[in-house]
Amino acid sequence: MSSIATHGRVIGRHAVLITYGLIVLFPFAYIISAAFKTQIDLLMGRFLFTPVLSGFRDVIFDRTSDFAQNFMNSMIIGAVSTVLVLTVATLAAFSLYRLRWPGWVLTVILAWSMIFHMVPPITLAGAWYAMFRSIGLDNTYTGIILAHTTLNLPMALWLMGVFVKDVPRELVEAAEIDGARPLRILWHVVLPIVKPGLAATGILSFIFSWNEFPVALVLSQRQTATVPLGIGKYAQENTIAFTEMAAASTLSIIPAFILLVFAQRFIVRGLTSGAVK
Amino acid sequence: MFTDTVWRYLTLAPALVLFALLTILPLVNLFGLSFNDVEWLNREAVWTWVGFDNYAAIASDTLFRAGVTNTMILAVVAVSIQMVLGFWLALLTTQVTRGRLIYRTVFLLPVLVPGIVIGAIWKLMYSYDFGILNQIVALFGGDPVDWLGSSDIALLSIIIVDVWHWTPFCFLLMLAALESLPRDIYEAAEVDGATGWQTLRHITLPLMAPAIVVTFIFRTILAFKMFDQIYLLTGGGPGTSTEVVSFTIYRRFFTEDQTGYGAAISIATIAVIATLIIIVSRLSNRREAHT
Repeated sequence: MSSIATHGRVIGRHAVLITYGLIVLFPFAYIISAAFKTQIDLLMGRFLFTPVLSGFRDVIFDRTSDFAQNFMNSMIIGAVSTVLVLTVATLAAFSLYRLRWPGWVLTVILAWSMIFHMVPPITLAGAWYAMFRSIGLDNTYTGIILAHTTLNLPMALWLMGVFVKDVPRELVEAAEIDGARPLRILWHVVLPIVKPGLAATGILSFIFSWNEFPVALVLSQRQTATVPLGIGKYAQENTIAFTEMAAASTLSIIPAFILLVFAQRFIVRGLTSGAVK
Repeated sequence: MFTDTVWRYLTLAPALVLFALLTILPLVNLFGLSFNDVEWLNREAVWTWVGFDNYAAIASDTLFRAGVTNTMILAVVAVSIQMVLGFWLALLTTQVTRGRLIYRTVFLLPVLVPGIVIGAIWKLMYSYDFGILNQIVALFGGDPVDWLGSSDIALLSIIIVDVWHWTPFCFLLMLAALESLPRDIYEAAEVDGATGWQTLRHITLPLMAPAIVVTFIFRTILAFKMFDQIYLLTGGGPGTSTEVVSFTIYRRFFTEDQTGYGAAISIATIAVIATLIIIVSRLSNRREAHT
């Protein structure tokens, strides 16, 4: 094969990939630029405009805006539910894969988490709402944190399982012969090895909690509303507040951008682990 | 201190308690609700037994039927496009040496941002009066298109959004599967003088078949979760043209306060999905047993 033809083929591949990259990026650039427009520039569809910060100012500082509160709520709910889900899933994965449960226990738990993971969250949201309301947990951090922990548990259990399975049995057995108790083994032998797994699971769990919409919609009111609810509100009012919607959206994707740039390795590992096998 | 058996139970207990209290108990609760009519009097739920009435009502619920039909169309059409595109892009990515990491980073972005933001983005782009898409149409001398307001094309517009949103996920899974294929077969094929197309047709596709089938089925089932974008973009309309299952449940349950009936369609949806999952995992287990 002549080198010119090979060269052409490589350029062609890059051309396709770059085109697709632009298709992915363009809508983001579009909404970010909309966030810097005045309402007039946006409604006129102008491409050339003087960037203004009024959209962001309205969203963050205006007295009628709850967005700063929403941001705080999402941070708290995301952080706490992530810590909970990591703790519960790591203990369970260690238990299931290294503490000699009969095989059917593992099968039943994995099958159940798979089914629960696939079922639309809105189907259970109604029952959660009724339960939480009867014990006073509706419209509280605790309620939403519990719901998000449960929603992310199947993913975390699956992922931590993949990583715990990679811990050599000989290491665990050697520690047992030395007389170490299970919790010591978990802390000193297993945890150091599954650190990348904790990072991958933690990052995904935080992102999924940050992004989650229907359950938060059902379980929270103004005081506990999360970022997606705040954005949804701008779009739902009688006259859509387009610049505020764009500014709030722009602010809300910052965490994902940062994590993607600095922790891409873990995100990719998390999204693909187990899915391929 | 404790024996090993106690530790075994203690470490698994938190997960079991969460699953029991927040998945199984609500399911039992939903199941009970689905045979009742529920009225709220002074924040107190009053149940009236109605037997199978709620389930019987599903058959004549045009909204739910539209939701199921649209979800099916959306799932099959959008997921097919996502798989083909994702596979093709993954194949191209494995064939270039430079820039792989940058491509993967950029392509991944839509999967990580809130679904509601995806809705907000496309709400702007689809805007009849000032959206970029109609500006492009106007540039070519066309009449503005009512992307979300016309019942003929609203579902297509939603499919476009879904393809844009989830192709990266299929891309990522396909890329991971492609990268895990054994190298030596390709070297042998090259030695034998196989063309690129022959390699794809006779080596790559057969080896990838299980990964493709599994990804396709799971993406299809996950399409039943579609909610955020519908909520923001169309609210299921115009008419019932973009109604989806999750949205119907939300409406019946919360907007219209039909708790008993909402529970019945939730249970029906869960039952269908659980059945699908069991069939699929049976099939894939049988596959593994044979190979």
